[in-house]
Amino acid sequence: MEYKPKNINLIFAFLSGLILLFIMGPLLGMLLDTPAVSIFDAAKEKEVRDSIGLTLGASFFGTLFFAIAAIPFAYLLARKEFRFKRLISGIIDIPVVIPHSAAGIAILGFVSRDSIIGGAADSMGFSLVGHPIGIAIAMAFVSLPYLINAARNGFEAVPVRLEKAALNLGASSFKMFFSISLPLAWRNILSGLIMMFARGMSEFGAVVIIAYHPMTTPVMIFERFGAFGLKYAQPVAIIFIAISLIVFIFLRWLSGKNIHA
Amino acid sequence: MLELKNINLSFESFSISNINMKLEKGDYFVLLGPSGAGKSVVLELIAGILKPKSGSIYLSEENITYKKIQDRSIGLVFQDFAIFPHLNVEQNIAYPLKIKGWTKTRIKTRVEELATQMDIFHLLKRNTIDLSGGEKQRVALARTLALSPDLLLLDEPLASLDVQLKKDLRAQLRKLHKSGQTIIHVTHDFEEALLLADKVAIFNQGKIIQQGLKTNVFAEPESEFIANFIGIKNYFKVSNIGNNSVEVAKKITFLCESQSSSNRTPKALMIHSGDIKLSKPNIEKESDKNVFPGIVTDIYPAYRGVELLIDIGLPLLVNISQKQLFQLDIKEGDKLNCFIAPKNIQKIYR
Repeated sequence: MEYKPKNINLIFAFLSGLILLFIMGPLLGMLLDTPAVSIFDAAKEKEVRDSIGLTLGASFFGTLFFAIAAIPFAYLLARKEFRFKRLISGIIDIPVVIPHSAAGIAILGFVSRDSIIGGAADSMGFSLVGHPIGIAIAMAFVSLPYLINAARNGFEAVPVRLEKAALNLGASSFKMFFSISLPLAWRNILSGLIMMFARGMSEFGAVVIIAYHPMTTPVMIFERFGAFGLKYAQPVAIIFIAISLIVFIFLRWLSGKNIHA
Repeated sequence: MLELKNINLSFESFSISNINMKLEKGDYFVLLGPSGAGKSVVLELIAGILKPKSGSIYLSEENITYKKIQDRSIGLVFQDFAIFPHLNVEQNIAYPLKIKGWTKTRIKTRVEELATQMDIFHLLKRNTIDLSGGEKQRVALARTLALSPDLLLLDEPLASLDVQLKKDLRAQLRKLHKSGQTIIHVTHDFEEALLLADKVAIFNQGKIIQQGLKTNVFAEPESEFIANFIGIKNYFKVSNIGNNSVEVAKKITFLCESQSSSNRTPKALMIHSGDIKLSKPNIEKESDKNVFPGIVTDIYPAYRGVELLIDIGLPLLVNISQKQLFQLDIKEGDKLNCFIAPKNIQKIYR
């Protein structure tokens, strides 16, 4: 029988359509099922707006704060060979594979008053549990692998010769990192930052254990669903999805602009 | 000016051993050898990117073996140019000057001076991604020369350029050398060494197998490998020595000019492929001096003219012009007489 590539394309296109429908179906279903009035009403609620602000803010600052150490860590993983490197690479991925509620329990022990960090926060007059900083820590814990792995790939793609050339031209190791390695890996790093931010703000399992209050939006959606039912949870869910998409698209656009600049 | 003493360095599957080299100020030194011989490793050792396992490197009498890369005043131009893709031409050239903390006006003056010297002034604002190989090479050269290094290291600088660009850049390098710049140039192309070097070191399998003035190394290659590598294919080990004659491979005897002044014993013979005259068997008698009957086994075009491989009991490479090939009407399998004048048979004593 004659080989017809068109057949395979047709089958694959059909399967692709099913997957797209699977992603878009529930979201569109929810959107169509929710009256516009209830979406506007939910948007007017201060509680909802505060919750969205808290979610975006905690994830954003958590991402920035942890990036300071995560990016150099990714550079080491990309450039240096050392003992237990494979083991360390595996450890980085742990937050992705463990249940996030279990991650929350682990972080709770880490930030509670009995721990060094929790104790230090306590001595400054606040508790990390139930605090935006605690929420940011929980968000960062589950989303850090996205940044580290993306940045590592970025650094690996920078030719070592360019770094050697910079050193030969008189740059110190720090200068070389900031003037050559970092700018050239920036595309991947930015992509990793966006992924970490997006993953952090959508986190529920770990966050709900650290802080039920103040309420992040994923926790609020869960709470409204549990207390009042589907109809009350849907408007908040739609607003949050819309804002997430807008932020995500904006950051992607920004990173695209940055690349072509 | 630069001296390498007993340098050794091992990698998992490769090592360089016992490297000794000496350069004077203003030398154009070419490290010549096949790919993977360890030439680039030596450059990286001199530049300070790699550290030797043992041995020392001296620059202007100072031991720089473990000196920081940044403080060596040695500029290295990488084989693939290592142009920073996120910086434009001007920013690339200005990079080392900015690091040294030069003022903006001083940087601008120096960059423009270098750009003029390298004939890339019109490219200063250009993105480096759009540059051709030759342009990139000039940018890399300008960038490396920005801080006027004592020693310039070039790793296969002409390898990826076309014939015309090679010619232009060779002229540029010659000019640079004439201005007093000390240069070490790594290449696998003996023609580059021939055209540029005043000293050469032949590299093979991590070792220097012969070094010295280019004229000496090219005139008396110490081994068949070196002879072949510098383009001399007719290199034969001597098996026996007679009165005014030398026997090769225990079967062919060449009559040579006698050298009364020397009692040395030749180790090998060298015959340039262009010094062999060809004739049809009926023209010259086989009994004449140094006339060897042979059969043409291969004919192929060469850089100049045509090369013929002729089996005279030994494979003899002969270079003739297209015109001669046509006049003699030579085809593969033809019988020919090869005449080699005794004065054209060079004895190697090393």
